[in-house]
Amino acid sequence: MHDLFAVVMLSGIYSLLSASLFLDLDAVDVAFTEASVGAGISTLLFLATLKLVPRHEKESRYKPTLALAVTIATGALLIYGTLDMPHFGDGNAPVHQHVAPRYLNDSMDEIGIPNVVTSVLASYRGYDTLGETLVIFTAGIGVMSLLLVSQRTKDQARKKVPADMQQQVILRVVAKMMIPLILIFALYVQFHGDYSPGGGFQAGVIFAAGIILYTMLFGLSLTQKVFNSKIVELFTALGVLLYGGVGVACLILGGNFLDYDVLRHDAVHGQHLGILLVELGVGITVASVMITLFFKFTWRTVKHKYNQ
Amino acid sequence: MELIIDILSWIFLVLGSFFCFTGALGLLRFPDFFSRTHAAGVTDTMGAGMILLGLILQAGWGLVMAKLIMILVFSFLASTTACHAMAKAALKSGLRPHTDHDHNAEDSSSKP
Repeated sequence: MHDLFAVVMLSGIYSLLSASLFLDLDAVDVAFTEASVGAGISTLLFLATLKLVPRHEKESRYKPTLALAVTIATGALLIYGTLDMPHFGDGNAPVHQHVAPRYLNDSMDEIGIPNVVTSVLASYRGYDTLGETLVIFTAGIGVMSLLLVSQRTKDQARKKVPADMQQQVILRVVAKMMIPLILIFALYVQFHGDYSPGGGFQAGVIFAAGIILYTMLFGLSLTQKVFNSKIVELFTALGVLLYGGVGVACLILGGNFLDYDVLRHDAVHGQHLGILLVELGVGITVASVMITLFFKFTWRTVKHKYNQ
Repeated sequence: MELIIDILSWIFLVLGSFFCFTGALGLLRFPDFFSRTHAAGVTDTMGAGMILLGLILQAGWGLVMAKLIMILVFSFLASTTACHAMAKAALKSGLRPHTDHDHNAEDSSSKP
């Protein structure tokens, strides 16, 4: 398929379908993430990229036979590898024997929050989540340095550059009604993540989606009055800092890194506080990375349009 | 009372399914982009809306009902706006609706 627009749409549909698949498997948190990240924000960022590059793939001069062979060989090896795996839903599979029983049985006593996924994500597996947050932070820095824009372009964008969709009255009215709801929902997902599906990643992405929607309809100059790009860029680091800072605070108070038990007098209360702060750090980093990426893309568009 | 609510709810559910079905049929069989968008819009608003109404009646007072109402409002706003945006984008990029006039012109030109 050479039309990249269709490819982006198909990947979005694929994400949405896999989200329903996860929902069917009772993995609500994963489904939520897949729907908001895979179908939502990544489709949006793909579309923003498509605005800067040609819509159709270039005709390649050679036939990608070697690549096809490598893909088929890898696929065959992977399928061969699955033959030794335990059957689907097998209760004796190692994954259900190793740490899962402890998480499921002791989570309520040790962490004290109803959503086991959050307690595994933010407490038992806190190191992994710190790694994921760092990955997002690093990816954000990577894209930011790839899409460097000059101060001139930024000044140009700060002046009254009309948004592309300035004329769309209906879209603007409906967006004005929906954006507050989207932002409130993001905060709900953020702070209710201990009790229901959700958490920092989803909340950050939903929050960023609300801001991006506003930017698309009302222009970058208006958005920048509240979300100054410099401050948002600082916030990308602040989230990671908050996460790491909680870990260091635990160290100082005499526990292990990211061992929240020591944060308060009571271990369970400490866990609550630690998880809340850590999720907040994740949310801040994810939201500000996504917003910054979209700003960068918009600046590029402005540059192409006005500085030639 | 229970019976009346059940009957009403089932009427809404069946009507909703009917609209979903006709929407899908229209999406496949209508001649041009704009009428297909209309069919897809019908699925989202009338189909999903009626089914949600039926479910609200089934749910009774409570948190589930509030959530369903929120979904109803949100999907009504979002899907109609999305349809509008799609149709407008298509019109802006130069796609013309397939009209009766075109049809007659085609017919007369194809005639020897």
